[in-house]
Amino acid sequence: MGTTASQLGKDLLSEYQELTFLTKQEILLAHKRFSELLSKEDRNLTSVPMEKVLSLPELKSNPFRKRICHVFSTSDMKDGSLTFEDFLDLLSAFSDSATLEIKSHYAFRIFDFDDDGTLDGGDLEKLVNCLTGETEDSRLTPEEMRQLISNILEESDIDKDGTVNLSEFQHVISRSPDFVSSFKIVL
Amino acid sequence: MYFQRNFRWQEIPLHLYPVLYFFFVFTADEEDTVIDSDGRQERAKDKERKKERDRKRRRNVARRASSARKEGKELEDRPEREERRGRKKRDKEGKGKGKGGEDERQEEVKNDTVAKIQKNFSNENTRKLEQKEMEVVGEEDGDTEGKRKNGRSKKDEKKEDKEKHESSEEEEDEEEKEGEEKPDVLSPEELEKLKEEVDERKKLISTLRGKPWPMRKKLLTLRESHEFVEKYEGALGKGKSRKLTVICYRDFENFKTACVPWEMKIKEIESHFGSSVASYFIFLRWMYGINMILFGLTFGLVMVPEALMGRPYGSMPRKTVPRADEANAMDFAVLWDFGGYAQYSVLFYGYYNSQRAIGWLKFRMPLSYFLVGVGTVAYSYMVVIRTMARNANEDGGGDNNSFNFSWKMFTSWDYLIGNPETADNKFASITTSFKEAILEEQESRKDDNIHLTRFLRVLANFLVLCCLAGSGYLIYFVVRRSQKFALEGLESHSWWERNEVNMVMSLLGMFCPMLFDVISALENYHPRIALQWQLGRIFALFLGNLYTFIIALMDEINLKREEEEVLKLNMTIWEASLYNGTLGANSTAPPITVHPADIPRGPCWETMVGQEFVRLIVSDTMTTYITLLIGDFLRAVLVRFLNYCWCWDLEAGFPSYSEFDVSGNVLGLIFNQGMIWMGAFYAPCLPALNVLRLHVSMYLQCWAVMCCNVPQERVFKASGSNNFYMAMLLVILFLSTLPAIYTIVTIPPSFDCGPFSGKSRMFDVIQETLESDFPAWFGKVFSYASNPGLVLPFLLLMVLAIYYLQSTSKSYKQANLELKKKLQTQNEENKKKTKMAAQKAAMDLEEAQNARSESPRQQRNNNASQQSYRGEKNTVAFI
Repeated sequence: MGTTASQLGKDLLSEYQELTFLTKQEILLAHKRFSELLSKEDRNLTSVPMEKVLSLPELKSNPFRKRICHVFSTSDMKDGSLTFEDFLDLLSAFSDSATLEIKSHYAFRIFDFDDDGTLDGGDLEKLVNCLTGETEDSRLTPEEMRQLISNILEESDIDKDGTVNLSEFQHVISRSPDFVSSFKIVL
Repeated sequence: MYFQRNFRWQEIPLHLYPVLYFFFVFTADEEDTVIDSDGRQERAKDKERKKERDRKRRRNVARRASSARKEGKELEDRPEREERRGRKKRDKEGKGKGKGGEDERQEEVKNDTVAKIQKNFSNENTRKLEQKEMEVVGEEDGDTEGKRKNGRSKKDEKKEDKEKHESSEEEEDEEEKEGEEKPDVLSPEELEKLKEEVDERKKLISTLRGKPWPMRKKLLTLRESHEFVEKYEGALGKGKSRKLTVICYRDFENFKTACVPWEMKIKEIESHFGSSVASYFIFLRWMYGINMILFGLTFGLVMVPEALMGRPYGSMPRKTVPRADEANAMDFAVLWDFGGYAQYSVLFYGYYNSQRAIGWLKFRMPLSYFLVGVGTVAYSYMVVIRTMARNANEDGGGDNNSFNFSWKMFTSWDYLIGNPETADNKFASITTSFKEAILEEQESRKDDNIHLTRFLRVLANFLVLCCLAGSGYLIYFVVRRSQKFALEGLESHSWWERNEVNMVMSLLGMFCPMLFDVISALENYHPRIALQWQLGRIFALFLGNLYTFIIALMDEINLKREEEEVLKLNMTIWEASLYNGTLGANSTAPPITVHPADIPRGPCWETMVGQEFVRLIVSDTMTTYITLLIGDFLRAVLVRFLNYCWCWDLEAGFPSYSEFDVSGNVLGLIFNQGMIWMGAFYAPCLPALNVLRLHVSMYLQCWAVMCCNVPQERVFKASGSNNFYMAMLLVILFLSTLPAIYTIVTIPPSFDCGPFSGKSRMFDVIQETLESDFPAWFGKVFSYASNPGLVLPFLLLMVLAIYYLQSTSKSYKQANLELKKKLQTQNEENKKKTKMAAQKAAMDLEEAQNARSESPRQQRNNNASQQSYRGEKNTVAFI
């Protein structure tokens, strides 16, 4: 779809509108941006490699950018490349009107670094490292890290199995006042 | 049953009517009616159908021969319903698999072994066998873990797809099976079922966007469902108009989003500075919308009618510039102060005439003026409270701090941030917040000198109070001085003396917050608490200033009223002298024509109040813009270009670029709005002015933020403070309507200006309208209704209702808390149970192993199959 046809089909457009939380303008804008990403490369490709997607200014300074690409990518090679439809999925999940359920679902998958369906200690540690930045001086000490993770597990691990699963995660997230307003990416 | 059938009638398409007619001719005595689904085929096969129907009838009769007729009716209804319910459930389950399948699977994959153990307990007979199986599985798990991990997500997807296909295929299969069973003939219940299925599909279509599936799958499902719906909807007799309305609706939605102003601007800012700065602009836009509506009300119902239909300028004293001021009424300086021609125009209260009905429309001007004044306030209250309630809903009752760490972890990143600088700041602030939280949790934060801190805090508060008192006194002093100047005549004073009040207020508003900032350094508070203190102090400052201003105005109003009394006396003398003079000169000319500009007039305190507010708004706007230009733009330019030739790094060092002060700006906006609410009754032009101001601010501040501000050092969250600002707005609204209502209710209006002149109180206009425009009984009812005997019980009732609602909400909260506790304990219990079960299973396993090692031969003899299984297991275990 992202090939030579610069314009989306009318039927397809209306279907996309039905299937995402995006408006027509947003889908068209997304298409424009997506084809811009493609234009330098071979036009026959339908998916954009991850490095290209990460160069988008909206994602450039996001510490979870690679995870986001991996979560939304449907390619078989696990290289995080996105097709236009994946891209739309991404934007839809991060859009203004997406529901809490879908946002928290994708947030969980983004935070689940090893893709095993739960957030365990390793995932949480990676998450903290993402949030505190790459520089060494802003990192937490191992002692602080241990304390932090044990606190988090104490709060949100309701069934006390040492990990946070999706329903526990959603339970925690649904009470947060900030999540829906901050889990947003707009083009 | 009757209703159901009736309902179905309307849904049966026209071409089925002949068939149905047959139906009723032949099967009127039967309860179990048969409706054909496909009319077109049926019409051709009339005879066959008749035969079949006869056959069916016979069958039915035979079946129900034993039961009495009435009972049979009821009995049959029930199972039918039951069956339908069952089917529904089944369908839902089928779908649930697709829906919640993923979640379940995640659990399943992980808790594979646990699940198996549980199964063991449920089924004692096959326990041992399954134990082995479990072990085998466990071993396999261990072997192929790496592989599984790699291929898991892929597998998941595949599974998902497969499942989806399965479920949809199942449905299709069901359809087909049913079709095979009873070709071409569908009983009512089946029709019902089909309808339900179609409805379900429709529901699926509408909720599809909320499902975390990849787009390809969603597309497939959508197309499939659309096909299904289209295929069967025709048979069920629903037109395709629905699709059209859906498209229309969507287009309308698109149009609506396209109409939201400044969306792109705000998004750009959002992506640069994060959501907190953007929240200010969203607030500004919201304010703009409210002011647009207020402006529409005052402009459409007050200003325009008066300008079009009221008496023209120069026809009355109140609509004419007095002779003394005529010479410089058009000077810019005078107009800038809203004197001269501006004062005697629709912009101010005094211009309006007290004539009851104006123009050919018989527009009730005074009534309209009063109602618009009341409506403005009422509308503002409604909007603010509604927004607050909605925000509170969105908060989801985030009353508990039990997830402090998790929220910091999971929700602290602002995904909108697209600017590396902001991202760096965010990293830093998140790190500090983590560290602070850990410190707080450890409670190792002990003040080494608590007395010093306390002393410093008290001192700081004392200093702030001094500042507040000083600023209040200064304003009072300045206002009184300006009154003196006004009495002496404005011309003899300099520009500064004329604009002293507004300038002093604006300057105080500008410098006092900085002073507070310096003072708060003494206190050594946590930054978040410090911000709250700072906001509270600025709030107090603004409020104090505003109220001092109002008190001073009240003094002035009283002065003017005294002046008015004197003038009234003088007026009678003047009139008498006029009469005497004219009588002396010419006794035969009864109409005495004096130009309206020459007639002496009262001071009209209402216009004065309006003018003061308008001036205040204008000077406030000017200061805001000028500070913006100097403080932000000029500073940025200097820092940028002097940096090349300076001895230290200006960008990183002392002056640097300015940050965007969200809270200060929001407070400014809120107080500005408070002034609008206060003054709008006496100066109908205020909302218009404010709309203009907000419009300009929007562009100017957007530009300033993008070109000369840097992201905040500490990035605060937006939504948490949203309702805080709203609450402030509500307080300001209340406090600003208070003086306005006080003046309206207690002070009699001026005798010779404004729409209420000649009345003893402004609200008398309501009574007047009731008496003359409504039938007598209405007035009576109204007077009864406003009787204290009725009002007091009503108030009591309202208080009771509030009390009741509050106590119920409290009890709900309590119940919520208890449920939460219960849930937690239950979860823990479950956990314990599963743990115990696992231990027990392990023990059993051990026993079994021991038993086997003791007497391997016996067991081999006992059960060949079990043995072989064990052997298999053993080999696996040894490997």
